[in-house]
This record gives sequence, structure tokens and C-alpha cells, in this order.
Amino acid sequence: MALDQSFVGRTYPPTPAYEVGREKIREFAEAVGDTHPAYVDREAARALGHADVIAPPTFVFSITYRAAGVVVQDPQLGLDYSRVVHGDQKFRYVRPVRAGDRLTVTSTIESIKSLAGNDVLDIRGDVHDEAGELVVTAVTKLVARAAEEA
Amino acid sequence: MTAKVSYGSVEVGTELPAQSFPVTRATLVQYAGASGDFNPIHWNEKFAREVGLPDVIAHGMFTMAEAVRVVTDWAGDPGAVVDYGVRFTKPVVVPNDDKGALIEVSGKVAAKLDDNLVRVNLVAMCDGKKVLGMSRAVVRLA
Repeated sequence: MALDQSFVGRTYPPTPAYEVGREKIREFAEAVGDTHPAYVDREAARALGHADVIAPPTFVFSITYRAAGVVVQDPQLGLDYSRVVHGDQKFRYVRPVRAGDRLTVTSTIESIKSLAGNDVLDIRGDVHDEAGELVVTAVTKLVARAAEEA
Repeated sequence: MTAKVSYGSVEVGTELPAQSFPVTRATLVQYAGASGDFNPIHWNEKFAREVGLPDVIAHGMFTMAEAVRVVTDWAGDPGAVVDYGVRFTKPVVVPNDDKGALIEVSGKVAAKLDDNLVRVNLVAMCDGKKVLGMSRAVVRLA
């Protein structure tokens, strides 16, 4: 069933702040096998001009995806989550995420399309720091596959 | 942001050093814990098969994290990436053996933009199939 187009542009309230921990960054970098020193060594990060250790580029997805959950599970929208796959992912960075950041995410439904019976949903997550400055914008495309029996 | 590669030293067509990233079931369990994505299609083959997959598959976001390393290792500063996007075209199937799967990533400068920015197009292959589409990163060089 096609999703209601009137949800396009709907913005959800910002999430509570997520505090980026240096050990969480280390854990993530180790999990992807990335040994870049800027993720674990503050001096190495400073030598590159960063205030503290930075997170790998895709680290922030863990935060934005959790935030997108409120959209996905919005009962009024009525998305069938059991049929959802991740189609595309984009990030636009103003600056890298770094240890000590307290980040909030504001999720907005950017577009809803119906393609060959599939519902295609673009959810934008604007990630702000404690000062209210934009850090990164994540756009997640979710595809809800058409039900087979339809 | 302090990239180690200068804008003047690259041209459209400049190839980045290619890299290969092995992925086993253990890798996926570790990534699940670190990322908080515990979807069972990434660790439970019974569940994966029940939803129509050939076997356990890697997290798309894991593949995305690996692919950009070709850019960040080349540029020298991961914080120099200003834009990064991919399309998940084919799953990375990870068998339950010692070998797992291998994600092979190559990259090429596709455009020189203003403000010392370059666009790199990435190709990520696994088992002869392209696993990412429209995989592009924009990075600020020195």
C-alpha cells in the first residue's frame, strides 16, 4: 500500500543528546579494522587540526539510524518495517564528529515515492552539536518491498 | 583538516591505492556490537535463509565503512571527507568458514571541484559482483 504523501516534509522532535565517547570511537574503528591514529590518539588528531580524536566517517550512522526509528515506527505513517531494506546512504559533513560531542538528531521525511509497488522513503537526519551548529547531515533511503501476495 | 595529498598533484583519472578487506562471521559480530545493529540477517544463517537470503550477509554500513578507507588512507586525514554516499546494490554474502568474504575496493579521481575539493568514484567488488553503486566521496585536499 502506498504511503501517504502528506508526510513529506514532516519533521520529528530532536533526539536527546548522544555523547560521543572516545572508547566508543575506538571500538568502532577496531570493528572496521581501521588503524588511523586520528581515531585513538588525541595528539595525532590535533596534528591534523582536530580538537580531539575524531570518529570514522560512517560512525554517526549509529546515531542517525536510531533517530530514524521514530519515523519508521510512526504508527500514522504505517511503514511495514519487516519488509524494509537499506537502499542508499549519504552523508554531508560540515566537520568530523569528535569525542566529547553531544549530538542531537532531527529527522525529516524528505521524500516518499512508490516505485514498482515498493515504497521508497528518504529520511534526512540533521545532526547538531551542543552549540546548535550543524555537524553532519545523513540521508537514508529505505525501501519497503511490495508484499508478495499483493 | 590537513590532507597529505595536494590538490595540484592529482588529475582526473588519478588512481587511489586499491585495498582488500576480509570479512568473516567474527567481523560481523564485532561490527554488530560496535554499531548497535543486531539485525539477525548479519549473524544467524537460519534467520537469513528464512527471509530469502542465500546466507548471512554483511551489514551494508560495514561495506560502506571499508570502502571509504581507500579515500581516507590516501588523503591522510579522515576529517577531510566532506561528502560520501553509496547505493547498496548487492549483498556481501559471508559463509561460515575460515575464509569468509573479501571486499575489493578501488577508487579514481573523477572530478576536480572548487576549494581544493576532488570527487573520488569508488568501486567495491565481492565475488566478482559490484556490491556498491554510485559510490562517491568528496574530499578536501591540501
